[in-house]
Amino acid sequence: MSFISYLVNGISLGSIYAIIALGYTMVYGIAKMLNFAHGDVIMIGCYIVFTMMSGLEMNSLTSILLAIAGCTILGVVIEKIAYKPLRKASPLAVLITAIGVSYLLQNLALIIYGADTKSFSSVVEMEPIKLADGQLTISGVTIVAVVICIVIMIALMTFIKKSKSGQAMLAVSEDKDAAQLMGVNVNKTISMTFAIGSGLAAIAGVLLCSAYPTLTPYTGSMPGIKAFTAAVFGGIGSIPGAFIGGILLGIIEILGRAYISSQLSDAIVFTVLIIVLLVKPTGILGKPIHEKV
Amino acid sequence: MKKAISILLVIAMAAMGMVGCSNSDSSSKDEGSAAEAFYIGGIGPTTGEAAIYGTAAMNGAQIAVDEINEAGGINGTPIEFNFQDDQHNTTIAVNAYNTLKDWGMQILMGTVTTAPCIEVAGYTAQDNMFEVTPSASSTDVIVNDNVFQICFTDPNQGIASAQYIGENKIATKVAVIYDSSDVYSSGIEEKFEEEAANQNLEIVAKEAFTADSKTDFSTQLKKAQDAGAELVFLPIYYQEASTILKQADNMGYDPIFFGCDGLDGILNVAEFDTSLAEGVMLLTPFAADAEDEATQAFVSKYKDEYGGTPNQFAADGYDAIYTIKAAIEQAGATPDMSVSDMSDALKAAMTEITVQGLTGGEDGLTWEATGEVSKSPKAVIIQDGVYVGM
Repeated sequence: MSFISYLVNGISLGSIYAIIALGYTMVYGIAKMLNFAHGDVIMIGCYIVFTMMSGLEMNSLTSILLAIAGCTILGVVIEKIAYKPLRKASPLAVLITAIGVSYLLQNLALIIYGADTKSFSSVVEMEPIKLADGQLTISGVTIVAVVICIVIMIALMTFIKKSKSGQAMLAVSEDKDAAQLMGVNVNKTISMTFAIGSGLAAIAGVLLCSAYPTLTPYTGSMPGIKAFTAAVFGGIGSIPGAFIGGILLGIIEILGRAYISSQLSDAIVFTVLIIVLLVKPTGILGKPIHEKV
Repeated sequence: MKKAISILLVIAMAAMGMVGCSNSDSSSKDEGSAAEAFYIGGIGPTTGEAAIYGTAAMNGAQIAVDEINEAGGINGTPIEFNFQDDQHNTTIAVNAYNTLKDWGMQILMGTVTTAPCIEVAGYTAQDNMFEVTPSASSTDVIVNDNVFQICFTDPNQGIASAQYIGENKIATKVAVIYDSSDVYSSGIEEKFEEEAANQNLEIVAKEAFTADSKTDFSTQLKKAQDAGAELVFLPIYYQEASTILKQADNMGYDPIFFGCDGLDGILNVAEFDTSLAEGVMLLTPFAADAEDEATQAFVSKYKDEYGGTPNQFAADGYDAIYTIKAAIEQAGATPDMSVSDMSDALKAAMTEITVQGLTGGEDGLTWEATGEVSKSPKAVIIQDGVYVGM
């Protein structure tokens, strides 16, 4: 029974990693850049919901919609100001810029909200489900997170396969220059990718803080790194890969903490990643990259 | 690109020039201002995750400074007190220390939390500045002879906790949840474990977390529950403890929670349901409901000026200032002494004085030359949202 309980905790944590990883993987797959500020967009999303709910006493649905809108705009603005001028620069320059944006967002949150830990009240009002005489409790957040995660994944996959903009994204991800020659607006497509990725970050943030209700300016950074790991684990660029990677990572982390060592749980997670990458360098569902000569 | 680099270089040079200036400014101010008052600096977190400690220590110290100045100062010389925020961050603490040195600090009351204090203690040792920390409890804080503690050391807290649980037969099966990335927490845990063996306490689960994974404790709690722990020992700070109490409540797990001075402040966590802390026991040298006159006077003053009931850290801050006063009087130190001479004089005086203080219990506070304090601990339990002595 304890094992199932740990498994449920792992899936709960994993589904949140998965939603964050979806954002990472989309941006990487299409714009071919690692947006390290993604974790901090999550944190900004949490602060927006927190301000709306405790400061302005709005209901949770309006606050979440505002947070999604806010993060979407933030994502597009970051892309326009920080990444677009570097489109022709080396990937390393873009990577370092992303780290810079990450610190900028953290420090802005520090200035506005201070370093105090805020207690985030859960937006999910579902009663926990108790099974097997109360030995197994599945919290509402867990169920909501898993469902939302699957819905988002299917929606994203359909969007990319069926819609015109989705097809444009695919084209840009395969070959930017060729796509441009065929009449695809590359800049607009990349902006849209950032918009969707950041909107997802807001949803991930709300779920993260509902499950683990402490909010600080650094809330997004560690989950961001773990989710990045999950994206690499599942095969970066692949949407189902991000989902599988996220869930597996969550389960490995919790089971490692429960059965091996609570001190080494993070180390175990990253060791597993290294082993997977040694065996299958492109991740679980990653496509092999053929170098063009 | 070249232009940008050259502009950067110019800025860097200008900045270095300014740093040089401010240093020379400070040394001249140091000598000029020294004769009028004792310049006592304080450092601690007044914002951030440990803000409750720093704010309380600052307020407690301020009350002591005001009392002393009203009564005519130390040997007729008033105290100037300046408290700087460090956000419980080692880098910011060192910056605060440098700011205070520029201000003309002669004695440091701080820092409040352990990790920044270890860092700052390295600098005070270099400068030979006399330092009294109200609440940084690791033995690493006092490796140098210029630092003295008002609070118990971590090993003492661990040993005293195990003894208290064992002697009062509170529980026999014990789980520990501690922060393995924090010196305070792992220091207490280590000694607790050693002493638990002597007290016939069985540690059924020993679970750690780190600064990077301090939002989810459900696994650790589940393991404690499965192991049948009747008591969960939490040698950690209140912020994480409040999360643990919440998650234990969600799981329907209700053991006795027992902590050290780090739990002091849990009742003041924003938006925390204090009914969850009902029955939590903690070891602290100060209980605001004590009936002696000094405590009562301090509590009512604190309530008037800052609102709320003072915690142990406020009392530690208050005692730190009175300890500095006692040492200055014993040594006959005068404000025109250099920082280093004053430090040498006060170090010698510290082993000779006894300060009753708010946290001294029956026998008062006395010090070893190592900087370690000796005093007796008290246990309190949270009942109806307040600390009650046990």
